[in-house]
Formats: sequence, C-alpha cells, structure tokens
Amino acid sequence: MAGVEKPELVTAADEAALEVAFQARVDAETRIEPRDWMPEKYRKFMVRQISQHAHSEYVGMLPEGNWITRAPTLRRKAALLAKIQDEAGHAAYLYSAAETLGTSRDQMLEDLHSGKAKYSSIFNYPTLTWADIGTIGWLVDGAAIVNQVALCRTSYGPYARAMVRICKEESFHQRQGFEIITTLAHGAPEQKAMAQDALNRWWWPALMMFGPHDADSPNSEIAFKWKVKRQSNDDLRQRFVDMTVPQADYLGLTVPDPDLKWNGETGQYDFGAIDWEEFWRVVKGDGLCNRDRLDARRSAHEDGAWVREAALAHAAKKRATKSAA
Amino acid sequence: MTTRKEWPLWEVFIRSRDGLHHKHAGSLHAPDAELAIQNARDLYTRRSEGVSIWVVPSAQITASEPADKDSLFDPAASKVYRHPTFYTIPEEVTNI
Repeated sequence: MAGVEKPELVTAADEAALEVAFQARVDAETRIEPRDWMPEKYRKFMVRQISQHAHSEYVGMLPEGNWITRAPTLRRKAALLAKIQDEAGHAAYLYSAAETLGTSRDQMLEDLHSGKAKYSSIFNYPTLTWADIGTIGWLVDGAAIVNQVALCRTSYGPYARAMVRICKEESFHQRQGFEIITTLAHGAPEQKAMAQDALNRWWWPALMMFGPHDADSPNSEIAFKWKVKRQSNDDLRQRFVDMTVPQADYLGLTVPDPDLKWNGETGQYDFGAIDWEEFWRVVKGDGLCNRDRLDARRSAHEDGAWVREAALAHAAKKRATKSAA
Repeated sequence: MTTRKEWPLWEVFIRSRDGLHHKHAGSLHAPDAELAIQNARDLYTRRSEGVSIWVVPSAQITASEPADKDSLFDPAASKVYRHPTFYTIPEEVTNI
C-alpha cells in the first residue's frame, strides 16, 4: 500500500537512535515495511534500485516486441506474447513497490524518459534474428533469475514480495527461450549458425548484467549492510557461468570466450576478462539502441496520454451521473 | 506536456479459490473501480490465481501506526492463558 506519512520533527539524537533500531531490525532479518521508519538514505537507495529494476522490465518489452509479428509459429507467438505481457506485469509490480516509498508513478516515468533514471543496459542491444529471442530467454532471463532469486530475501518487504512473484513467472521465460535455441541448434546448419551468432553477441552483455566487479561497485557495501543485497556481483556472475556453460555444451554451441575452462580445483569455470569500457559506454547512453528505446518509450507514453485523460474524464462523468441520480 | 494527473491507486485482494479468504495481492492504478477490476484481472490472475477480486481505493484504507505496535500487540504476549496448552489435563482424560 502506498502512502507515506509526513515525517514529524525529529532531533538528531532521535534520528541516531531510530537508525540504530532500524539496523537492529535489518540485522534480525525483520522485513522493513512501507510505514516503518527508515533512514532517508535507505528510502532513496530503494527507490533508485526498485525503479531502475521496474524500468528494465518495462524497456525489456521492446527488443522482444520487435519479433511478435515474425514469430515462426503460432505456438511461439502465443508464448512470446505471454512473456512480454509478463514483463509489463513485472514492471507494474515493481513500480507499485517503489510507490510505497513515496515516489509517484509519473515521477518515475518522467525520470526514465528524461534519461535521468537508468535501466539494464542489456536492452540496448538489438534483436537481429529469431535466434536472439531464444537467446534472450535463455541467457538474459537466466541471468535475471540468478539476480532476482538473490533479491527474494531483500530487506524491503514490498520489493521482496514482488521478487517472489516475478521469480515464479520468469522460469517459463527462460525455458521457452531454451526451447527455441534447442530447436535451432538441432536444426539445419543455417539455423545452428544463427543460434551460434546470437550466443556470440549476447554472451558478454549477459555477463555484464551482474554489474561491475565487487571492487568497482561503490554501492555494494551499504547494500550489504542494509541486506538489500546478499551476494556479490562476482559471486552471482560465477553462478550464472557455471549453470550456463553445460547448457551451451548440450546445445553443441561454443561460448565465445577462448579463456573459458573448467577449473578442477575451485570446481568452477574460469572465464576471460569482461570489456568494462563497452559496459560503461552503453550505460552512459552510447549503446546500439539507447536512443531508439527511449524514443519508443516516450512516444508510447505521449501517444497514450489522451487515453489516460479520457478514462479519467469518463470516470468523473460517471460519478457525476450517479450522484445526480 | 501540461499538468499530469495520475490515475488513482487501488489495493487488490484476490480469492484464490472458493472457500478461502480474499488476500492482498498488490496495488495498481486505474481511473475507476470497474477498470481497476479489469486491470487486476490482467495483472494478478494471468495464471489462474483467482476466482474473485476486490478492489479498494488505497486512500480509503486506515492502517495502524507502526509506532503503536507495542501498545497494540504486546499485551497479548503475556496472556498465555488464552491458549489451550496453558491448562493441565490429566493424561488419562482423552478427547479434550
């Protein structure tokens, strides 16, 4: 539920005591709920993280929407439509969770449209072939699941609950993607080549989804302290690699990393260096599709404005008729 | 764009199957109650999660204050005699 009370006047000493009590609750694994006292920094941190996450779901519809009319069969088309509808739903759950912290939906959308708020850079890569749709499900949703499972126990209650729901729904996304890739990888040589090409383009961006190395992740320390986050970027990335490489082996596809090899000592895969320059370039707005994505979002929002206004006017008119009767 | 006016916020409660309570599922924006039900159906029952929906304007909900938690709920903690396990019944007595 949204609705944040106007904070009463508190002295610095009160505030310090409240902050100690807050941290004690977090340490005791008690979830923080919307109307509980929380440090302003925590509130801001959560709004930033949850809205960024919501924007990612929201923008994430675009690369896939590109293929709805060209899905190869009705079965694939129905699945893709359902998946994209889920992404819209996930954005809605997350926007609602962020609103419980006192920000408004309109404000968040404005920040997205102005470029002030970020979303996951993975969606700034283009979907050139049908194999990209399969690869997004397999790798991008696969990486998202690893991240999101870790967030199901995050300290802010509404965010954690949204994550539980989202994780339940994401599993179908990953499986439908893997099914697409399996079909292509076991198909004609041209189809297999298409699957390999998609893997070549998506592998590294998928690894970047876990964010910078722990040492270069300035927010990590406070995120751990507040139990927003419980596993490091590098640990989650490693888990994803260890899960995914055997799947690529099964498909007979080659992960585009010459340094990738099994390490018998650690029981994990060692992998090559990530191109962080590319990562930061895309984050800062110079990916292949950054401009297209934002333009599409803005025009969808602006072109739909009259519908939202008309619906409000209609509701007001109905109320007036009802009270006059 | 001129002044923005958001659709109001609604709280959604879903009965997952007949015989169970409606349970809070989440919230959404909608211009009126009728569309709130429609949106709730799209948002919260895409996988047969419900057989009945309630929507309530979020602004209409009155909630207890987190600061009142102790005074409201602590008194119950000491009233162990409200639980059946507080009472001693001889072992040979059954069905009680």
